[in-house]
Amino acid sequence: MAKFTLPPHSVIQKGHTVNHLDNPQHPKKFIIYRWDPNTGGQPRTDTYEIDLAHCGPMVLDALLKIKNEIDSTLTFRRSCREGICGSCAMNIDGTNTLACTKAIADIKGPVKIYPLPHLEIMRDLVPDLTYFYSQYASIKPWIQVHTALPPDHEMLQSKQDRAKLDGLYECILCACCSTSCPSYWWNGDRYLGPAILLQAYRWIMDSRDEDTGERLDNLEDPFRLYRCHTIMNCTNTCPKGLNPAKAIAEIKKMLVQRR
Amino acid sequence: MPYPIIEHKYDVVIVGAGGAGLRATLGMAEKGLTTACVTKVFPTRSHTVAAQGGISAALGNMGSDDWRWHMYDTIKGSDWLGDQDAIEYMCREAVPALIELEQYGVPFSRTEEGKIYQRPFGGMTTDYGKGIAQRTCAAADRTGHAILHTLYQQALKHKADFFIEYFALDLIMDLEGVCQGILALNIADGTLHRFSAHRVVLATGGYGRAYFSCTSAHTCTGDGNAMLLRANLPLQDMEFVQFHPTGIYGSGCLITEGVRGEGGFLTNANGERFMERYASNAKDLASRDVVSRAMTIEIREGRGIGPYRDHIHLHLEHLGPEIIKERLPGIAESAQIFAGVDVTKQPIPVLPTVHYNMGGIPTNYYGEVLTLKDGNPDRVVQGLMAIGECACVSVHGANRLGSNSLLDIIVFGRAAAIRCAQQLVRNAPHRPLSLQAGQAALERLDRLRHNKGHLSVADIRLNMQRTMQQHAAVFRTGDSLAEGLQKITDIHRSFAHVQINDHSLIWNTELIEALELENLLVQAVVTLKSALNRTESRGAHAREDYPSRDDERWLKHSLAWCNDQGQITLDYRPVHMYTLTTEVEVIPPRPRVY
Repeated sequence: MAKFTLPPHSVIQKGHTVNHLDNPQHPKKFIIYRWDPNTGGQPRTDTYEIDLAHCGPMVLDALLKIKNEIDSTLTFRRSCREGICGSCAMNIDGTNTLACTKAIADIKGPVKIYPLPHLEIMRDLVPDLTYFYSQYASIKPWIQVHTALPPDHEMLQSKQDRAKLDGLYECILCACCSTSCPSYWWNGDRYLGPAILLQAYRWIMDSRDEDTGERLDNLEDPFRLYRCHTIMNCTNTCPKGLNPAKAIAEIKKMLVQRR
Repeated sequence: MPYPIIEHKYDVVIVGAGGAGLRATLGMAEKGLTTACVTKVFPTRSHTVAAQGGISAALGNMGSDDWRWHMYDTIKGSDWLGDQDAIEYMCREAVPALIELEQYGVPFSRTEEGKIYQRPFGGMTTDYGKGIAQRTCAAADRTGHAILHTLYQQALKHKADFFIEYFALDLIMDLEGVCQGILALNIADGTLHRFSAHRVVLATGGYGRAYFSCTSAHTCTGDGNAMLLRANLPLQDMEFVQFHPTGIYGSGCLITEGVRGEGGFLTNANGERFMERYASNAKDLASRDVVSRAMTIEIREGRGIGPYRDHIHLHLEHLGPEIIKERLPGIAESAQIFAGVDVTKQPIPVLPTVHYNMGGIPTNYYGEVLTLKDGNPDRVVQGLMAIGECACVSVHGANRLGSNSLLDIIVFGRAAAIRCAQQLVRNAPHRPLSLQAGQAALERLDRLRHNKGHLSVADIRLNMQRTMQQHAAVFRTGDSLAEGLQKITDIHRSFAHVQINDHSLIWNTELIEALELENLLVQAVVTLKSALNRTESRGAHAREDYPSRDDERWLKHSLAWCNDQGQITLDYRPVHMYTLTTEVEVIPPRPRVY
């Protein structure tokens, strides 16, 4: 009989439960993934019960409250707390999103918090995004202009051409979409994933950019682009309401049209 | 336990990867200097990303404009504390710097002619105060995001080296006071990295998190300012803290001044557009300090809104869904998430909220750090530069105009790169560091990591933030500042009793927060001390016991040094009341009326 071995650190154990509350007005349980590289071993989920009567409305507020008042070793990234920097991307209640804009009130029952799926974990809720960032750099996400630039004024762009960038340039590189994609889970080493393809499309669509052909050439590849199987998790999960799946479909269409 | 140290050598090391740091990084790399950018967060997570309304430059795309008018507005906005040579430089260079930025690929909104769209902003006028200027270049209401991402892209293009999620601990200074590099901690694995550089550029941003309620990110802890104080150098004008009139009530998240630029207005509990009483010409587009004070007075006199009469309404319903969707989509989203408000139908509850630090590291308009030494108020600290919010050039003086901060980071990030390209020899050999270089920082780190005490980082931080919120507010009095200074001095001392429970060197965010808190505390002390010392009202520093501006005694920059024991020494630098060229004349101080 065939035997399978699970990769290390993949069996999640039940961890500690912490409940310091006396007469809480609005008790709520948070079940949080923990993994400490210093001790190694299997990860666990710790359960913390807090009183929402003394907590801000967002999941990030709860994480901060737990870190400040109960367990200072709880580790996660955060910065802007208003949904624009993309630091606090994590899996909350089964969906990848930003902790700072996810309201606790929208979640029924205990709030389960895991790191973004299918990435190497450095500690607790902190994944390693190095490869994701290098994929971003690989598409040359900067403007390419070969003709002479106007010396004393901006490049002109019509309002209509500028409108083509709406829904594309707003990406915050949080990686929620890419790490929600089963195809990226399987082939993330070679498939660029929705976030990076959305940015590739942003430059293809910019009327000022002159490397559209080369950009399309670089995407015409069974893995880099065509591992997208229109599963649509990316669009469903994007915390900024963007539509990477549509951008990918548009790239595929352009590749067909130019044949 | 010994800490292994990894050595690096670069022509230039930039600390921070916000707009200023990235503009400098790409400029240095473009000019062939070996460049490292050391940053505690991934570049596009820096707080420049949250800037909304725009970046000023007298392009004249939407009506006639002139950089001299921009210069006049900036000087008046600064309440005459800004250095006029530096302001001339910024407003003049704004035009080429903006064109460059567009050509880097920033997705600016457009006019019908395809030029960069520009909107009105507070304090920005035409013809020396006569009309309202449309000077603020915008990418909808996500201008900071658009600029920051573009700058990171350009830095990738020019192949600068990034050290991401590295926390800078301290400057490495030689015995003559020349900066030779920095020591930094890799947050991911706890390794220490000693960078030698011919030029270190601090671009570490402001310290809004010294306050309880601010628009700033959790990471805005002014680490560079504190590094400077630890190197026995002074900070300048630290009493000037800007309150943005429209932070969302409760969360403190920013709502751009661009809302008022596009025609939004404020009302009190009586539904009155009260700004007409405080600034009869500019009304809701008066300077930020003026609007924040007016709102505070309205609330104080019982005309605030809500069950506690403690906030103000910002209206944009009348603009219509089309304009909101095109020009203000981001704040519509923020207002929905953080205030539960549909801005096409309801006003946003807002409150003046800590937003920006005019004070910081004194520099000249090249970005070189200055100190007062041997009677010379403009003595350059060799090997060290500062740009962006951490710097005090000073182009903002006592109060910054909206959309002048994105301009500041771009113009002076660019200026620093130009200066280094002129002065540095590429790949020149480095002077050897002394054996002790970075030792003090390392000992501080180790001591903190194993400190035994009874106070948590969170408790001390909350004490500090509440004290600052209460005692260094929109309005200040001598008594309250003195009481605040006593409290903050005690809180600063209490840091000796901090307890760190996490001893790991891998992603130890408790330790990083402790280091950040230590940085914030010293800046909080300096802020209160400088505020108590300045017995006048100017710009954002409004003393109820000294309600007027006093040019005879106080037309000067404050300097503050802080020693190891937290004792502060104060001194002064003169304001540069001269221009850079003969193309414009000095604007002498006048009463400031909007």
